[in-house]
Amino acid sequence: MIWVIHTLNGVSLGMLLFLLAAGLSLIYGLMKILNLTHGSYYLLGAYIGSTVIQTTGSWALALVVAPLIVAALGAVMERFFLRRFHLDELPQTLLTFGFLFIIGDVCLWIWGGDPILLPKPALFAKSIDLGGLSYPEYRLALIAAGLAVAAALWWFQERTRIGAMLRAGVDDAETARAMGIDVSLLFTLVFAVGAFLAALGGVLGGPIIGASPGADFDVMLLAFVVVIVGGLGSLRGALVGGLLIGLLDNFGKIFFPEFALFTIFVPMAVILSFRPTGLFGRA
Amino acid sequence: MARALAISAIVAVFLAAPFAAPSYYVGLLTKMLIYALFAMSLDLMIGYAGLASLGHAAFFGLGGYTMALLLMRAHASAWIAFPAGLVAATLGGAVFALLALRARGSYFLMITLALAQVVWGIAFGWRTLTGGDDGLPGIKRPVFLISFADQTPFYYLVATLVGLSALAMWAVTRSPYGLALRGIRDSETRMRAMGFNVWRHQFAAMAISAFFAGLAGCLFVYNNRFVSPDALHVVTSAEGLIMVIAGGAGTLFGPALGAGVIIFLEDFISSHTQRWLLVLGVIYVATTLFAPRGIVGLWTDFSTRKRKP
Repeated sequence: MIWVIHTLNGVSLGMLLFLLAAGLSLIYGLMKILNLTHGSYYLLGAYIGSTVIQTTGSWALALVVAPLIVAALGAVMERFFLRRFHLDELPQTLLTFGFLFIIGDVCLWIWGGDPILLPKPALFAKSIDLGGLSYPEYRLALIAAGLAVAAALWWFQERTRIGAMLRAGVDDAETARAMGIDVSLLFTLVFAVGAFLAALGGVLGGPIIGASPGADFDVMLLAFVVVIVGGLGSLRGALVGGLLIGLLDNFGKIFFPEFALFTIFVPMAVILSFRPTGLFGRA
Repeated sequence: MARALAISAIVAVFLAAPFAAPSYYVGLLTKMLIYALFAMSLDLMIGYAGLASLGHAAFFGLGGYTMALLLMRAHASAWIAFPAGLVAATLGGAVFALLALRARGSYFLMITLALAQVVWGIAFGWRTLTGGDDGLPGIKRPVFLISFADQTPFYYLVATLVGLSALAMWAVTRSPYGLALRGIRDSETRMRAMGFNVWRHQFAAMAISAFFAGLAGCLFVYNNRFVSPDALHVVTSAEGLIMVIAGGAGTLFGPALGAGVIIFLEDFISSHTQRWLLVLGVIYVATTLFAPRGIVGLWTDFSTRKRKP
């Protein structure tokens, strides 16, 4: 039974990683931008969420407000900064690194240096009995939330008009533009959605991972590992990669505690060596 | 003539510094020189080979950690540990090149970042060997015939090695090999069509760059008498990147200047406020927006405008 619990832990972490990696993957797929600020969106989401919960007491409100604020920040970053350096990876890297430092330091300024854990929502604060062992409901709710977001994103990408425009843009932005698709608006939209999802991950992951100075780097690197394993620009890759890394991280910590991070990075290096585009990526 | 005068003046200033400056500033100058070497080695890749890397800290840390581990765990002499650090860094560069050179642009950035994280993960995780997060404290500065334990002799050791390295890198960029490298940076397809082995040139560039980054790493460890996973962290790679770009990529002198400016600002601003990272972030953004060709680029624009009435 203990293995069921370890697996559930891995899957719930994987779902969280999916939320963080999905936006990163979409942004790269459409704009070829390596967004190093992505972990900062998570951190901001968690911190703003904690403030909203503290002041209003409403978990649901935090789940809406924090991602929306961060989405607006993402849109501003794309519209007024990154746009000028389209397809020029060095300035993009410097800009997103700059924002990573700025947001990290502003967070330290406002919320201080002590790590925080968000409270669990009252609805899922209990534990359930799982064959004699108690398991927190919140982790199960997290898995459900991840699956719901994955389904919604899939529907958005495959069944809506904007989703079709997005797929066209990922395949060939130039031609999509020539066909009359407003690629410029799409860029801003995708950046905002990516930031939204990462901040959502911040609020949802707040009760488990929490927020602390440096978490922005850790989350950013984890999200990068997920998209490298899964393949850039692919939602399916982000989901499979997220689950794979979530499970590897969990079981790695159990079997090889000395090499906790190694169990994530080694599969990544192996995949990079044999399949540089990742499991579901296209060359 | 003007250039020879300028270079002699710079050399004279560095030679005289320990006599004129208080010891605190000699220490700061040592740090500046070490980072200048690190930035110049990264410039070989970015400015000359056209390979923007986000994993340069790996070579810096591989050099430093290999030397530190041999000194502290195997009790080897500095005569063995120091060169071994350089060899390890160079081998690291070769391995990175084997894995990363298939990719270009943002994919290259990501693969170098990922590989550097693997190295960081080992240093961070393998506590029994590397001390993990706590690092390896208590490293003694070397005795090469004479002792370099004190700040002034150590400063002269660093200044000499950094000066010789700068000269060597300058010679590399001026050599036929360096010219070919610049050709590859500007147009890979054209150079390939002319019969150059692009991969081999870039492979060698990464190995050479890693060698000098490793040297900077060894000096860094001696300077601090300590090494921790921070030396391998992506922040170290990013600092190298901003030093190169803020100074002016592809000029060697620019990145060295950029390193000096960033280290000075870090020291100056950290002593007045706690918001150094905020300032550093603004430097990244402002450099990208207003000085994409760095200090050297700004100076060239300024002096050419002055000449043409």
